[in-house]
Parts: sequence; C-alpha cells; structure tokens
Amino acid sequence: MKWQVIFPLLIFLIFIFLVGLWSSRKIDTGSSFLQDYFLGGRQLGGFILAMTMIATYGSASSFIGGPGVAYTQGLGWVLLAMSQVVTGYFVLMVLGKKFAITARKYNAVTLIDFLKERYNSRWVVWLSSLSIIIFLFSAMAAQWVGGARLIESLTGLSYLSALFIFAASVMVYVVIGGFRAVAVTDAVQGGIMFIGTMILLAAVVVAGGGIPNIISDLSAENPNLITPFGFDGGLTPLYVSSFWILVGVGVVGLPQVAVRAMSYKNARAMHRAIIIGTIVVGFIMLGMHLIGVFARPILPGIEAGDKVMPMIAMEVLPPWLAGIVLAAPMAAIMSTVDSLLLLVSSAIVKDVYINYIKPDAKEAAIKKLSFAVTALLGILVCIMALSPPDLLIWLNLFSFGGLEAAFIWPVVLGLYWAKGNRFGAVASMITGTASYILFHTFYPNALGMNTVVLPIALSLAAYVSVSLLTEKSAPAPAEI
Amino acid sequence: MKKGIHKKDPRFKIAEREAWIGIGLVLFNFVWWYGFAYGMGSGPAGEYTYIWGLPAWFFWSCVAGFAVMVILVTAAVKFMFKEVPFEENGEGGESE
Repeated sequence: MKWQVIFPLLIFLIFIFLVGLWSSRKIDTGSSFLQDYFLGGRQLGGFILAMTMIATYGSASSFIGGPGVAYTQGLGWVLLAMSQVVTGYFVLMVLGKKFAITARKYNAVTLIDFLKERYNSRWVVWLSSLSIIIFLFSAMAAQWVGGARLIESLTGLSYLSALFIFAASVMVYVVIGGFRAVAVTDAVQGGIMFIGTMILLAAVVVAGGGIPNIISDLSAENPNLITPFGFDGGLTPLYVSSFWILVGVGVVGLPQVAVRAMSYKNARAMHRAIIIGTIVVGFIMLGMHLIGVFARPILPGIEAGDKVMPMIAMEVLPPWLAGIVLAAPMAAIMSTVDSLLLLVSSAIVKDVYINYIKPDAKEAAIKKLSFAVTALLGILVCIMALSPPDLLIWLNLFSFGGLEAAFIWPVVLGLYWAKGNRFGAVASMITGTASYILFHTFYPNALGMNTVVLPIALSLAAYVSVSLLTEKSAPAPAEI
Repeated sequence: MKKGIHKKDPRFKIAEREAWIGIGLVLFNFVWWYGFAYGMGSGPAGEYTYIWGLPAWFFWSCVAGFAVMVILVTAAVKFMFKEVPFEENGEGGESE
C-alpha cells in the first residue's frame, strides 16, 4: 500500500465527515423539520448554492469516465465536454426566480411537491416518485461502485472494505445532517474538485514538456487527436452538438439539480451562484478533459479509460500531492451520492408516505422515519454495489437521460405555460421515459444524435398536444 | 381559479425576462462554440494554426469561448437581472 497517497485521502474523508457533523448540529433549531432536513430551510447563500449544484452534477463521469474517453478521443471529446458550461448558468436562469417564488407559494419542499401543487394529480406524483426512486437508485449504485473502485485502486484495499469505508463516510452525515450537511460538504468537495483540477492540469502540462510539445506529440501519433472529430473521425458535428441536450440544457430536468433551484435564500444568492457556477463548472470540465488528452503522450497505452486519471496523477505528482488531487474525484462521487441519497429518501418519505399513506404523521415520527429511510436506502445501495455492474458511464447516463426526458417539460412548461395540465404532464412523462428506454435498447444514437434527443422532442410533443386536446376537461392550474 | 395571477405578479415578468436571457445566452454560446470548432477545425490537421500551443479552433471555441461566456453571464446578471423579494410579505429579498 502507498501510505503517502492514502494519508491525504484519509484526512480528506475525516475532514468531510467533521464538516458534515458540524453543519448537521444546526438542524434542531429549524422551525419545520421536513423543510430543514430536505431543503436546508431555503437558506443557501450564493457560494454554497453554486458549489452544491456543480458538485451534485459533476460526478464520477466528469472526473474518471470523461477524462478516460478524452484520452482515447483527443480534443474532440474536450469540445463535447464544454457543452456543460451551459449548466453553470442555464438551470438557474431558466428555473430562476419563478421557481423560487412559486415553490414558496406552494410551500414545496421537493420537486414532486411542486408538481403535485401545479398539476393537482395523483398520477403525476406516483409517476414522478417512481421514476426518481428507480432511476436515481441505479445512478447512486453506479456512483457508489465508482467510489469504492477508486478507493480500491488507490489504496490496494479489497473492494469490500473500500465499499465499506466509502459508504460509512458518506452515510453518517447525510442521515443525521440532511440537506444542509449535504450542501455544506458539497461546497468543500467542490472546492477540492476545483483545486485538484488546477494542480493536476499544471503538473500534466509540465510533465509533457509544455502545451506545444504535447500537441505535436499527439499530432505525430494520430493527427485526428487534435481535430474536433475524434481519433477515428467518428465524432460528427451533429453527434457532438446533440450533447448540448443531454449534458447542457436538459440538465434542467434533473430532479437532483432542480431541487437546488428552490433552496436559495434570496435573489442575490442566485445571482452570485450563476456567476460562480459558470466559472467553476467551465474550469473543471475544460481542465479535467484536457488532462485526459494531455495524459496520452505521457502515459501511452492505457487500456481501461477509468484508470487514466488515477494513473496520471500518480505519475506526474509526488505521492502526497497525488493523494490530495485524487481526493477530487472522491469528492465528486461523494457529493453526487449524498444528494441522490437524500433525494430518493425525500421521494419516499415526503412524496409517498406523507402524501398518501399517512398525511397526519406527527413531526417526531416523520423525523424518525426520515433518518431510518435514509439509512436503509444507503445500506440497500451498498448491498447492490457488492456485485458491481461493469459499465459505470452507461448506467449513469441511462438514469440521466431517462429522468431528463421525464421531467424537463412538466417542470419548465409547468412554470411558464399556463395551459399545460395534468394530462399533458402524465403523457409527457410516460412518453419521455418509455421512448428513452426503447430507443436506448433498439435504436441507440438515433439519426446520429445522442439517444436523449428524440425522447425529449417526443415528450415535448406529448405535453403540448395532450394539454391542448384536454384543455376543456382539465381544471385550470392552482396558481401560475 | 386565479389564472390571472400570472399577469398580476410583477415578479413573474422579471423572472420570465431572465429566463429568456438565459435562452439567448445558450444560443449565443452554441453558435460561438460550433462556429469556431467546425469553422476553423474542419480543414486537414496539417494546416492548423496554433495559439498558446493549442490548435486555433480549440483555443477559440473552448478556451476563449469559455472566457467570453463568463464575461457575458456576469454582465447579464450585473446589469439585466433584478433583485426581487421571494417571500409573500416582501421580506427576505434584501438581506444577504
């Protein structure tokens, strides 16, 4: 085992753990437990809001999977990854003040609360709870596996003990601290992701003998690596552009991201978060994917893409610094997992249990139940992660696209289009998710675009046409 | 019921304007990104020019494009976005 690498990682885990515990002490003082536990009492400031959005969104695929593909594909994949700069400003601008104000009017704590009040329909609540629970559970399992694999490869521990360490360090603060602990630890983790990217990018450029040298090495190996078209010319402009939907504007429809757009304190926090978020997400995406490309001449011949990032960090940095930098992907994974865990828990406790099973549950009982469900979910994911599925990015993108296709129109048009109604929302969710699964299975990358594009278009068509067709029989929305 | 609130609440007008600004920024971002990447990068790699060691298409599309977006987003937020209170009674919008 490489103790010099393990030591900084261990300090990082303990530090996150303590920050989580510290921020969870505040939870008893809040007025409403649910609002506090699942939404941090809507008190996030600009910096924490920006960081928690980025950290939740930036996951194993930004730090491990993405740079691995960039290593193979060259600059064309960095170009593709830069479509994610959009997420820094678009989500908050589009959901924006309307979402924040409406969520307060509805007293909504979860995204599903918002949909419930807006559409006034059991079907919308059940469908959205179900898709959140299924899709995010699988996304969480994939991240969990990624986290454990990373610890395994860095420390030489067995997969089982790595999984245990990872699970224990995340679960404790999420279970007792709720949203505020998640958001505050996300801010720390986002900071580590930023600094880690900066250090590693600089070190890789130096190790490769400067950027001109690296680029000419790449071009000598295969000129395609420095074109926008990928190593074999297979990245068409249409295909690369279609990622603007999947990892750019479509992110508005991700419940784990959207819920954060109702957690901030005031307009000033939102304004700051837009600026900080754009800078940080752009820098991390550009930096991490460039690292993947630049790693190629330094360490040629790596077969498994997922190993590129850990291997290059160990190659170009002294061990103790590699330990600090490798805390960045660790942070990315933890910060995604903690948000997903809490969101799935909120779907079960708030959206299903309190809405339909026991609406008159007492505050103390809700509190106990929330802790119990969150803990139980964590343990369940852990058990699922024991026999890990191999395709980390695949699972991750599957849940990603499925949720986007389900939620984007019911949320966005629900906010801005008064004629949208419950029938349209249900039709759009079913069309979006079902067509995504069908396309994924039978006709992936249809018409040369990422699989998510057509389902999102279909679900838009379903939302608009069904809403208009049923205009007379549907009641007007509660308030828009 | 209460369909008209949409028109009455002046905060929603501001919110809708800002959402459109967001969409405008994305469109601009896409055109910049696409234009430089495929406009300058489509020729044979042997004829590329370089800026800071990077192929010019990549520099303009991804590095400069990112910087331009940061500037535009900051300007949009500073000069076009308005602070509005979120709570019904008008509190909570002012304090940081």
